[in-house]
Amino acid sequence: MAANGTSVSIQDLSLNFGAVSVLQTLNLDVAEGEFIVLLGPSGCGKSTLLNCIAGLLDISEGRIFIKGKNVTWEEPKDRGIGMVFQSYALYPQMTVEKNLSFGLRVAGVAKDDIAKRIARAAEILQIEPLLQRKPAALSGGQRQRVAIGRALVRDVDVFLFDEPLSNLDAKLRSELRVEIKLLHRKLQNTMIYVTHDQIEAMTLADRIAVMKGGVIQQLDAPQTIYNRPVNRFVAGFLGSPAMNFIEGQMETGTPAVFKAGDLAIPLDRYDFESAGKGGGPCVFGIRPEHVIFGEAANSMPFVTDATVEIVEPMGSDTLVWTKLGDRNFSFRVEAEKTLRNGDPIRIGFDPARASLFDTPSGNRM
Amino acid sequence: MSDHAISLAAPHAAIRADASGPSGPKPRHVFSRRNIFLYGTLVVVALYYLLPLYVMVVTSLKGMPEIRLGNIFSPPLEITFEPWVKAWSQACTGLNCDGLSRGFWNSVRITVPSVILSIAIASVNGYALANWRFKGADTFFIILIVGAFIPYQVMIYPIVIILREIGLYGSLSGLVIVHSIFGMPILTLLFRNYFTSMPEELFRAARVDGAGFWGIYLRIMLPMSLPIFVVAVILQVTGIWNDFLFGVVYTRPDTYPMTVQLNNIVNSVQGVKEYNVNMAATILTGLVPLVVYFISGKLFVRGIAAGAVKG
Repeated sequence: MAANGTSVSIQDLSLNFGAVSVLQTLNLDVAEGEFIVLLGPSGCGKSTLLNCIAGLLDISEGRIFIKGKNVTWEEPKDRGIGMVFQSYALYPQMTVEKNLSFGLRVAGVAKDDIAKRIARAAEILQIEPLLQRKPAALSGGQRQRVAIGRALVRDVDVFLFDEPLSNLDAKLRSELRVEIKLLHRKLQNTMIYVTHDQIEAMTLADRIAVMKGGVIQQLDAPQTIYNRPVNRFVAGFLGSPAMNFIEGQMETGTPAVFKAGDLAIPLDRYDFESAGKGGGPCVFGIRPEHVIFGEAANSMPFVTDATVEIVEPMGSDTLVWTKLGDRNFSFRVEAEKTLRNGDPIRIGFDPARASLFDTPSGNRM
Repeated sequence: MSDHAISLAAPHAAIRADASGPSGPKPRHVFSRRNIFLYGTLVVVALYYLLPLYVMVVTSLKGMPEIRLGNIFSPPLEITFEPWVKAWSQACTGLNCDGLSRGFWNSVRITVPSVILSIAIASVNGYALANWRFKGADTFFIILIVGAFIPYQVMIYPIVIILREIGLYGSLSGLVIVHSIFGMPILTLLFRNYFTSMPEELFRAARVDGAGFWGIYLRIMLPMSLPIFVVAVILQVTGIWNDFLFGVVYTRPDTYPMTVQLNNIVNSVQGVKEYNVNMAATILTGLVPLVVYFISGKLFVRGIAAGAVKG
């Protein structure tokens, strides 16, 4: 990535609808050529933030810069952005070619220039055979390709994607996901991508901004967000199957120990966010794939015996549910392992791979 | 895989061998009780509505002596088009004796501009209310809708005074303005609902593409709204053509619309009642809305449905 300079800069942005505050003094800097994914559950304000960047919503406070230019009061067309919508939003009465050229025709671009740009976009997106068709005669994937093309022909600095793959079926979604990633590598444009799908976020993003309640919870590279979530919300939102949480107490000492019922997990290998944490109520989180099963578990710092409750085969691997104390606990095993309900098993894990959250604040310890 | 296929095929073959039992399309009985009831009702209702029309057509084709025999349902013994010609070009209304033709052209000159003007304004109104949420839009909309429920009679006299003051009383343009204003509430509601039902993202995409208020209206919204325009045209053409009240109040005898002239022909108290001329005149007056319905019936139903789904 050519990360020189800031492409989009959002400063102290707030948005209120009447008394309802949707976005609260939000700050976000997107580097040139960066792929940022805004990820969060529905109603977290991610699409609203994208509409603010596009200029489709008037903001209540703050400023927005695109390419160093203050565009806070600019019209959408003057911001140097292209947008791709979830429902494609193709003009139904126009052919694909007219759809692509609409923005250029409105802007009064010369005819041969329009033709050149459409030819280039059609070639990049491989939609040349579709140019004379109407949107109604296209499949979902083709429509979304045309919608991307509409942003492409306008030669914009920043691409905004508003859940572009949510209307497609699973197979097309994964195909187009790869295409969008290839497109980004080819164009090197700044892209801001809104989704609630964590797989899209993990696979596409240079950095993910996890949002909740109009606030960015964590802005980091996908691996960092996955392995070191800053709070319990981020930890629970990312990862499928979800992280196991065990509520309990931390007891100081050497080593510090996490206790929940008769469960005691030594924390000497855990990498605390800040040294000298006292005890108190906290939540211990471990991802299902970080749990080791069988003979290999014996070499782990924490080992325990359990019973298989339910087995969920997923094809590539199998999710096994068991009980740790009285809490449901899941872990992953290879698909070849045949386990039956009621089998006694031995599991273990390394607390260095776990996450520990302070119970009152939910923040990482 | 192949084992499965065989084990499945065996019982299937057994069922196949048994040729009795229902198979293929479900048989339909033409003379079921349900059908007799359904079509019987339809026929009765259709007759109920068509009989008066039949009497009108038949009577208009008879001469006066034949009418005096009193057999209103019997077909004409001697078909004559004399009453039609008379109704169109000779019947007397007040001072003029040039028949309904004068009223017909007056009605055309009232209806065409009124329909165009009211639909042009109302469609932009509806578009602005649906897509460009301005401050006070809801209040404006409510005021407009309340307008649809105020009885016309309340406003007749104030409008007479207003038209007199601006010097348009008695002229066709005055009546055109009145029709355009009174069509506004219902048409705006119709268009607003239609435009609201269009996907919001389409409008946003057009804004990102740089189109403005008129650009989006003319190049995106208009081409997509043929059905609702057809509905509006039918509503307005029939409404304005059939209007009697405004016509009689706001025009002079030489600018009377067709409906007012028809009333004057039919209700004239002097001389013999020429039933055949009256019938012909009535059919002539009702012909325009009838033709409009026949031409655009399908589009009308589709458009009404499209506008009515979302409110």
